[in-house]
Amino acid sequence: MANKKRRYAFPFVLPMGSKTSLLRLQVESSLATRVASPFQFRDRIVETVPTGAPLIDRRVGGFPRGSLTEIYGPTCSGRTTLLVSALASRTAASEVCALVDANDVFDPHSAKAAGVKLEQLLWVRCRNVDQALRVTDLLVQGGGFGLIALDLGDALPHMVRSVPMQVWFRFRRAVEHTPTILLVLEQETTIQTCASLILKLHAQKMRWSETAESIEISRPHSPGCLLHGWKIRVEMIRSQAKREERSDAGFETEIPRNIRCSPTEPRGGRRQR
Amino acid sequence: MPFASIFVPNFWLQAVVRADPALRERGLALIDGNPPLWRVVAIDTVAAQMGIEIGMTKTNVEQFAGVEIRPRIPAQEKIAHAALLDVGWSISPIMEDTAQDAIVLDLYGLTSLFGAEEDIGAHLIMRLTTCGLQGNVAIASNIETALIAARGFAGITVIAPGEESYRLGGLAVRVLLPSHETVETLERWGVATCSDLARLPVLDLSERLGQEGVCLHAQARGASMRSLVIAEPADSFEEEMELDDPVEELEPLSFLLGRLLDQLCGRLTARALGAASLCIRFELQPSFENTVDTQETFGTQKQPGRYEKQMQLPVPMRDSKMLLKLLRLRLQRHPPNAPIQKITLTADAARPRVIEGNLFLPSIPDSEKLELTMARIVHVVGEGNVGSPSLTNTHRPGDFEMQRFLIPQDAPKINSRSDRAPGRADKRADGTIPASFRVFRPVIPAQLDWHTGVPTRVAFQGLRGEVSAASGPWRTSGDWWRDDSWQQDEWDLEIRFQDAVERSPSRGLPPNLGIYRFFYDSQRRGWFVRGVYD
Repeated sequence: MANKKRRYAFPFVLPMGSKTSLLRLQVESSLATRVASPFQFRDRIVETVPTGAPLIDRRVGGFPRGSLTEIYGPTCSGRTTLLVSALASRTAASEVCALVDANDVFDPHSAKAAGVKLEQLLWVRCRNVDQALRVTDLLVQGGGFGLIALDLGDALPHMVRSVPMQVWFRFRRAVEHTPTILLVLEQETTIQTCASLILKLHAQKMRWSETAESIEISRPHSPGCLLHGWKIRVEMIRSQAKREERSDAGFETEIPRNIRCSPTEPRGGRRQR
Repeated sequence: MPFASIFVPNFWLQAVVRADPALRERGLALIDGNPPLWRVVAIDTVAAQMGIEIGMTKTNVEQFAGVEIRPRIPAQEKIAHAALLDVGWSISPIMEDTAQDAIVLDLYGLTSLFGAEEDIGAHLIMRLTTCGLQGNVAIASNIETALIAARGFAGITVIAPGEESYRLGGLAVRVLLPSHETVETLERWGVATCSDLARLPVLDLSERLGQEGVCLHAQARGASMRSLVIAEPADSFEEEMELDDPVEELEPLSFLLGRLLDQLCGRLTARALGAASLCIRFELQPSFENTVDTQETFGTQKQPGRYEKQMQLPVPMRDSKMLLKLLRLRLQRHPPNAPIQKITLTADAARPRVIEGNLFLPSIPDSEKLELTMARIVHVVGEGNVGSPSLTNTHRPGDFEMQRFLIPQDAPKINSRSDRAPGRADKRADGTIPASFRVFRPVIPAQLDWHTGVPTRVAFQGLRGEVSAASGPWRTSGDWWRDDSWQQDEWDLEIRFQDAVERSPSRGLPPNLGIYRFFYDSQRRGWFVRGVYD
C-alpha cells in the first residue's frame, strides 16, 4: 500500500487538537511582532489593465498583469481586433510591447489605424509554432515588456495542442511578479489552468451598409454596399481576478476607413469604379 | 603646477605580452630585422638571467631551452601605445604624447578629485595594470624632471619642488637620452651621473657640446622648462591580434575575442565611454582547395581573404561579456569561410546614456539586455523578421518595411488615471473598436464563380463557400512607371462555408463564416485572397 503523504500548501489549516492549538499559538506568538495573523488567507491583489474595449473591461475587469491570458475563437471572431486594441492601449500608455507572430499574419496598416504606436512594438515574424514558442521564451526571460502577445491564431490546432503543458507553466512562472501581460491567441483553448483569464470570442451579426433584404434586386451585391463592421460576443470562460462563473459581454467592431475597400478614402494610387 | 609622467619600460616586449599574457615571466626574446638576419631587440628578466643579450642572432637564442622567441609586431605596439594614452586621458584631459613608451599629464586641480599626488600615482599604476601594461610613474613640478624620473626610478616617485637636482643626481646620464656621440664624450670625461653633469660649468659645456649640452645640463639639474604639447583624444578604439596558428572553430575564437574585448572595454571604461558600434575584421588563411590558380596567379603568393562585419549597438556599451555574446551570435549566423589568421576589433566610442529611474514610469526593457535578446531571436527566426513595422509612403496594398527596434528615447509619460485607458477605442462614443485584418503572406490563389458580374461562390485552400454579401470591385493601381507596377480589383466578401467538413482536420478548424478580401491581379491574371477581417 502506497504511503500517503499529506502535503500542505500555505495557507493551511491545522486540525484543532490540543497539541496543534498549542503549536499554532507558539507560531503566532513568535511571529507577533512581524506578522499580524500568519494563518489568515490573503488574496493576491491582481493589477489589471484595460483591454481597449470598455464593455469587456466592465465585465472582465481588464487583462491581469503578471499572468497569462488566453483569447480563442474561430476565424473572424474578433480575436485580432481585441489583441490590436490591447496593443493600442498599452503603447498609448508608453509601454513597450512585443508581438510574436507564429504565421506572419499581422497587418501593420490596420494596427496603425487602431491606434497602435508601431515604433513601440517589437514584431517577430515566425514561420511555425516552435519558433514562436522559442521567441516568446526569450522575450519573457528578457523582461521589461508591458505586453507580450503570442499569436497562434492561424497555427494548426493539433500543433498547438502538442505543445507540452510545462511550456505554458514555464511562461506563467516567468511573467509572475512582473508587470508583463502574456496574451495568447488561439483557435481553441489549450492553456486552460495555466491562464488567469480565458476569453472565448464569437462573431455575430455582420453590418453592411445595405443588406440583401433592402436591395430591390435579389442579389448579394449592390454598388453602394460597404462593410461597416460586425458584432462580437465575448464569453469569459475563466477569470482568477473576478472569481465569477462564465459570463458574457460583447462589443462591436468598425472597419477603419483607411483599410476598408471603399471609394470614400482612396488608398490606392488611382481608385476607379 | 605638477606634472606626472608614465613610462613603460621595455615597451616592445610589453606590447607583445599584453596581447598574449601567457608569455609573462616565461623567458621571452623579441627579434627584429630582415630574415635571415634576425637579431634580439628586447628580452625579459627571465631571458636575461638565462644569458640572452640584446643583439644576439636568432640562431644563437634558439640554443637556449625554454625561451620563447617572438617577432616584434609594430601593430601591437601601436595598440599598446593607444592603451597608454587612454590611461592618461582617464586621469587628465591635458596630456602630452611624448614618446611611444612615455606620456606626460598635467595634474593641476586633480588633487581635489583623486587626493594627494601619491594617490594619483597609485591610480595611474592601477589603470595601467588594468590595460595590461606595467610602468613607472613620476610626479614633479616640471615636465622634463617628471619624464627623467619616470625613466630612472621604478614604481611611483614624487619629487617635491626644489628637490629636483638632488633626486635626479644619482641617475645615470643615459636617462637624459643624449645622442650617441655625446654619451661617448661624457664617458671619456668621466661623467657618469646627472650630478656629475650638473656640476660642470654651463658655458664650457656649451662650447664643447653645443646646445645639446646646455639642454642636458638643465635637465640634469631639474631646471628644464617647456610647455606641454597637448594631444587630442581619438574616438576610435582598436585592438588587434595576430595568431600563430589559424583558428577555425568558434569556441577558441570566442576565447580570443573575449580577451580582446576585455582590453577594449578596459580602455573604454578608462575614458568613461562606451562602444556605439563594433567592427570585427578577420584576415583569413588562403584556402587552397577553393582557389583555382590561373596562369597569372600561379606561383605568386596567395593574398589572405578578408572578413568584416559591422555591429551597430542601440546604446553605447562597455560590458565585454555582453559584447562577446553579441559577437558570438553574429558569428554563428555568418561564420567566416576560412581559418582566421588575424583578428582586429574596432569600436567607435560615444558617451554612455544615463537614464534617471522613476518609480512611477512604466517599465521598459533594458537596452543592452534587449539587444542580446533580439540577437538571439534573429538567430532563431532569421534577419529581417525582427523589428518594428514602419508604413511606407506608398499606396501599394500591404506595403511596409521592417525597421530596427529601438527603445523610444523620449521619456515615457507617467501613467495617470486618465491615461489608464487611453486607447482610441475607448474614446468612441458608441463603444465600437476598430476592426483588424489578418494578412496571408504569401497571398492565396482562389477561384470565384460569377453571376451577372457578381461573385457568388469562392474556393480556396480546400474551402468552398457561398458569398452572402459583397462589396466591390474597387480598383487600385500605381507605380505604372516601374517594373513592379500593380493594378488590382478588390472585393470584400462575406462567405458562409458549407462544405468545410471536407477539409482535413490537420489543416485547422473550418470556419463557418468570414469576411475575406479577394483581389484580381491584372499582372498575374488571377484571383487571390489577401486576408481576412478578424
